[in-house]
Amino acid sequence: MGILEVKGVGKRFGGLQALGDVNLSVQEQTVHAIIGPNGAGKSTLLNCFVGKLIPDEGSVLFNGQSLLGRTPHEITQMGVSRVFQTPEIFGDLSVMENMMIPCFAKRDGAFRMHAFESVDNESELIEKAEQMLIDVNMVDKRNMNAASMSRGDKRRLEMAMCLVQDPKLLLLDEPTAGMARADTNNTIDLLKEIKEKRDITMAIIEHDMHVVFSLADRITVLAQGTPLVEDTPQNIKDNPKVREAYLGETQQ
Amino acid sequence: MLGLDKRDTKFLLIVIFLTLATPILLQPFPESSTLAQFNAGYPDLMQRFAIFGIFAIGFNILFGLTGYLSFGHAAFLGIGSYSVVWMYKLLDYNVIWGLPLAVILSGLFALVIGYVSLRRSGIYFSILTLAFAQMSFNLAYSVLTPITNGETGLQVYTDDPQILMGATEPTSPHLFGIVMNQSAKINLGDWVFTFNNGYYFCAIIAIIAFYISLRIFRSPFGLMLRAIKSNQQRLNYTGLNARPYTLAAFVISGMYAGLAGGLMASMDPLAGAERMQWTASGEVVLMTILGGVGTMMGPVLGAGVIKYMENIFSKINEQVLHSWFGWLPDSLEGFVIFIAEHFVGSGWHMTSGVLFMLVVIFLPGGLVEGGQRIKAMFNNRGGDDADDPEHHPKHAPHVAE
Amino acid sequence: MDGILLQILNGLDKGSAYAMIALGLTLIFGTLGVVNFAHGALFMIGAFCAVSLQRLLGLSFETLDPTKKDFLGNPLKVKTPYIESWFGPEMGASIIDWSVPLAILFSIPIMLFVGWAMERGLIKHFYKRPHADQILVTFGLAIVMQEIIKHYYGANPIPTSAPSAFKGSLDFGVMLGFDPNVIIYPYWRLVYFAFSAAVITAVFSFLNFTTFGMVVRAGMADRETVGLLGINIDRRFTIMFGIAAAVAGLAGVMYAPINSPNYHMGMDFLVLSFVVVVVGGMGSLRGAVAAGFLLGVLESFASMNWIKDVIPGIDQIIIYLVAILILLTRPRGLMGRKGVMED
Repeated sequence: MGILEVKGVGKRFGGLQALGDVNLSVQEQTVHAIIGPNGAGKSTLLNCFVGKLIPDEGSVLFNGQSLLGRTPHEITQMGVSRVFQTPEIFGDLSVMENMMIPCFAKRDGAFRMHAFESVDNESELIEKAEQMLIDVNMVDKRNMNAASMSRGDKRRLEMAMCLVQDPKLLLLDEPTAGMARADTNNTIDLLKEIKEKRDITMAIIEHDMHVVFSLADRITVLAQGTPLVEDTPQNIKDNPKVREAYLGETQQ
Repeated sequence: MLGLDKRDTKFLLIVIFLTLATPILLQPFPESSTLAQFNAGYPDLMQRFAIFGIFAIGFNILFGLTGYLSFGHAAFLGIGSYSVVWMYKLLDYNVIWGLPLAVILSGLFALVIGYVSLRRSGIYFSILTLAFAQMSFNLAYSVLTPITNGETGLQVYTDDPQILMGATEPTSPHLFGIVMNQSAKINLGDWVFTFNNGYYFCAIIAIIAFYISLRIFRSPFGLMLRAIKSNQQRLNYTGLNARPYTLAAFVISGMYAGLAGGLMASMDPLAGAERMQWTASGEVVLMTILGGVGTMMGPVLGAGVIKYMENIFSKINEQVLHSWFGWLPDSLEGFVIFIAEHFVGSGWHMTSGVLFMLVVIFLPGGLVEGGQRIKAMFNNRGGDDADDPEHHPKHAPHVAE
Repeated sequence: MDGILLQILNGLDKGSAYAMIALGLTLIFGTLGVVNFAHGALFMIGAFCAVSLQRLLGLSFETLDPTKKDFLGNPLKVKTPYIESWFGPEMGASIIDWSVPLAILFSIPIMLFVGWAMERGLIKHFYKRPHADQILVTFGLAIVMQEIIKHYYGANPIPTSAPSAFKGSLDFGVMLGFDPNVIIYPYWRLVYFAFSAAVITAVFSFLNFTTFGMVVRAGMADRETVGLLGINIDRRFTIMFGIAAAVAGLAGVMYAPINSPNYHMGMDFLVLSFVVVVVGGMGSLRGAVAAGFLLGVLESFASMNWIKDVIPGIDQIIIYLVAILILLTRPRGLMGRKGVMED
């Protein structure tokens, strides 16, 4: 039984069958990559995990609990964090403030009326946030305005914001899209480090084969809204069906 | 002190000092000088500073922190005023009954209006609040006349029950016998200082209101509100539910507005429906952005500047203009006066409209940001920045004063 | 039955005004992505174009008429409009009489110019600013415009008469076989409805049947792509702003005889027109027109006496109530498109 169990998920947009009969099982403490050509339904599938879309059929279970019909904040509170294609951070706030928000969310839940406490007095949470910033090598930027940082740093911050909540499952939506090679390599190193140091499961959607093959334990290839094959990276590389459907396409 | 750090305590003490010393500070010119017309130490003007300061502080908690632009806050102002006047009519002139009711009632209304309006965001939210406010305004003028007394406005009549009214009790608003419209005048040479009970009552409440908003700004709750303005998507994916936070902010700011409305009726025992019109909501928006949206001091500053300008500009008439520009050659004088005429006297609204545009166009951060820019200019010239980076992050100007 | 018909008719004139203002608002939304709180002021300026023309045509000089005496026995002073002395008394009088329809011609260039000046001078700089800023700056502009009008025309409503040919009322009921005097409808309101129908049809045909219009509609759907095709979409949008201003202005010109123009009429109509746009669906031109008429008629129904007896005050709030209900049940309005103003 995997930490994330997807069974028979289907989703239609008008006449378009975006997803059909998707079965997927993400095992605990693995990195599971979902790859596929453009329009294969990768993002649609991810959105079904986080409550942004509700599939027409099928079930999505996280730790045995259904995720369907829950809002994004409920799902996040259950231990599923998400990293976006373009880093989603609180641009108007400082890096430290960005870190404090997930800390509060983790401790206090989806809503708490703490209007008469002071952020500065939460030394325990501040320490936790600082430790996380040290882990991702950003502690010197703690007072910077988040919006003014480089894209790579924003990605790092977003990742730190997710990790500080100790999620059981981290969903990554093309984490290196639009990044320079150096930034991409940094991100890969960061993700590898996270994988080694923390008992965390990751599901990653990615275009960049370099990223996928250097990180993934299992790979699911999605084509036209339905899984083509699921296997280890090595076997995927050698699979003729995949080469035809996907890898061949990228080599053109 | 009071749960604030050193810097904020200092800040609060300065605000307290300025507020309490207002009757002196706003009376800088001796009575006999021609500049005496620019004095602002009159009781009713100072009361308005404090009351609209409270209104703007509360509005800023919603608009400044969450970015939700409400065009309906005047409705709460009206509700506050009506509550207080009704307490005069039913009980007696002691404001102690009406003000809590004003806060509670406007809070309840805000809860309902906010619950509905906050299901949408952006421009839709603005229009929903506007619709609610106009609805309240229309109802106050028509069907609700038994409660609001329609166009005449609600006031106390001699045949009202006033069941708590004692024989020796004052017949105007008071707090346990301290009559609001009484003042002590002190003559110091050519200067006259008026210390008005009503002003000090409003001022003390305003200080408390300011203190509460300061605490909210520094709290985790305030941080969440700013996060809502910055990126709601990320907030949701951080496991936070934005709606109760925005609703709480809406209710708090509605209560502030109700309190301000209640205080208006505490100074002058009258309540009219025109207080609820959406142009009045527009005024508080103007105050907030003029001062600086999302800053602590900005809205108070904005309220003060607007009310002061309203007072000064409304007083100026053609004669005054002639006395100012008399030194110009005749044709030029005529031209200057022709232009200036549009902006003074009853033309005050025009001035406020122009001000509105100028601030939005040239100074979106308001006076506070303008001040900071000037300060930064001088600092750069001096070459030192002694500010403690811990408590004064340059990059997050909206929590700075 | 006759009552219902009467209310529908009564709702049409207000509905026409709502529809025309809302149409302009939506055009500006859709093309420029700007929330224009000064649109009501354009409607008001239109109405004051009618007032101004009527005054301008009425300008007169005084002569002494020795044949008549006033009550003191002095020769009577007679005012003769210049127009009458130029075109002859009869022709002149009828020109003055027809001043409101004539104001249409007078107002179109004025409104186009005002619209152009507004867009180039102010709105242009706000395309990329947040909607809140757009609302605020146009709100400020609306105040300024209404204060200017107030300064020159005073605060009181200025009665403006329709041509005498349209002064009476049509007994509509008789035409449909009801008793006389059951459904009577002022001619001018009929004219107003026909006029608005013509204006709205013209705008729609312009958008649907001319290349210019098609480019604009394509631009509304996807501005970037159209821009990539090498079409200067900005210039067209400026022109659309002028057209939207002209539509609002025309709505105002013809509305002057129905409701004497005053300086705050723009604000009054603006709030309602915004509600109309929201009900119709942001970005939907058809929605704006349909919702305009719908709400106008609903408002008129709500002001029927027996309804007011059941729910007192409903006539004052019906539009807002409907808007709130619609926004909560169909967040995009009746015919709204996805993704319009939803950030």
